[in-house]
Amino acid sequence: MWGRIPAAVVGAKVFALARGTLVLLAFFYAGNAVSALLHLPVPGSVVGMVMLAAALHFRVVPPHWVRGAADLLIGHMQLLYIPPGVGVMVYFGLLRREWLPIVAAGVVGMLAVLMVVGILQQWMERRG
Amino acid sequence: MGDALAAALAIAVTVAAYLAARRLYARFRHPLLNPLLVAITALIVLLYAAGIDYAEYDRGGRLISYWLGPAVVALGVPLWAQMEEIARRGRAMLVSIIAGSVVGVVSGTMTAILLGAPRQVVLSVAPRSVTTPIAMGVAQKLGGLPPLTAVLVISSGVLGAVAGPAVLRLARIRSRTAWGLAMGSAAHGIGTARAVEEGEVEGATSGLAIGLMGLATAILAPPIVAVLLRIFSVR
Repeated sequence: MWGRIPAAVVGAKVFALARGTLVLLAFFYAGNAVSALLHLPVPGSVVGMVMLAAALHFRVVPPHWVRGAADLLIGHMQLLYIPPGVGVMVYFGLLRREWLPIVAAGVVGMLAVLMVVGILQQWMERRG
Repeated sequence: MGDALAAALAIAVTVAAYLAARRLYARFRHPLLNPLLVAITALIVLLYAAGIDYAEYDRGGRLISYWLGPAVVALGVPLWAQMEEIARRGRAMLVSIIAGSVVGVVSGTMTAILLGAPRQVVLSVAPRSVTTPIAMGVAQKLGGLPPLTAVLVISSGVLGAVAGPAVLRLARIRSRTAWGLAMGSAAHGIGTARAVEEGEVEGATSGLAIGLMGLATAILAPPIVAVLLRIFSVR
């Protein structure tokens, strides 16, 4: 199967993904540095996200440099949450003792935010 | 077993669980079969059965979760692609997010207080609506237990991804920007992973909501929590 795909095509694809990954990593660390230096309450990744959008907007970074790597990471974002999610097992003891307020606060808070933001935003958009 | 080999094994098992859970979800499309929920449950059961503790698993696991940072950065691409659409609704979004942040902190904190949670638990509950690194930072500042906050953040996210779309349908949310904004602010990155499935507008607004919600909550949570603790005289 691999024999039929020209090595040049595979090479170009690998190169594009490697380049995209390096650009994303550069913005990630730049975002971390900005967040730390300015004592921002926002994590570096979010700062990096805004910086990347700005760099694309002002054509500092051409979109085709990052598209492939970004699509790959965004498409598999759920995979990245699995290890911290498994970390829940460390707190089973505390959760067993205080499960009612913890679970209730989580459920109530989540639903409240979801409804308030969704309904308010749609209402304001319709009002124009 | 060698450290590198154990880490490689943890990564391989995690990826395998993820791929299997995705196939299961693609086959049945039931919200309870959310791939993240299924994979996490399967891995916890597996680790318990094999008698492996979390710290050992996480030597490989953290090589996967490391990429969460660059993945959030990658959301800058859809954010850029949808910039005009988002800019037209920028003011409404700021208002919605600030309202959502206040409601999130107040409702979560009040629920915990009224159900008699100890002070440390109350303080850990307050920032649960935002992405893990921000939430843990806020919990630390408040004097809560950051790891408990992380647990709450992730379970809120999974709950949002599983139940969110149905709730938004019941609330008759048809605007794609409102849909994405609600998922991102209530269920941060995990909600965003689900929003991406829905479409590019939903994914981009959801990604933006993570940042805005994090910022609003980091600023608003400490004073709101201080006032609530005082009103209900929690010690």
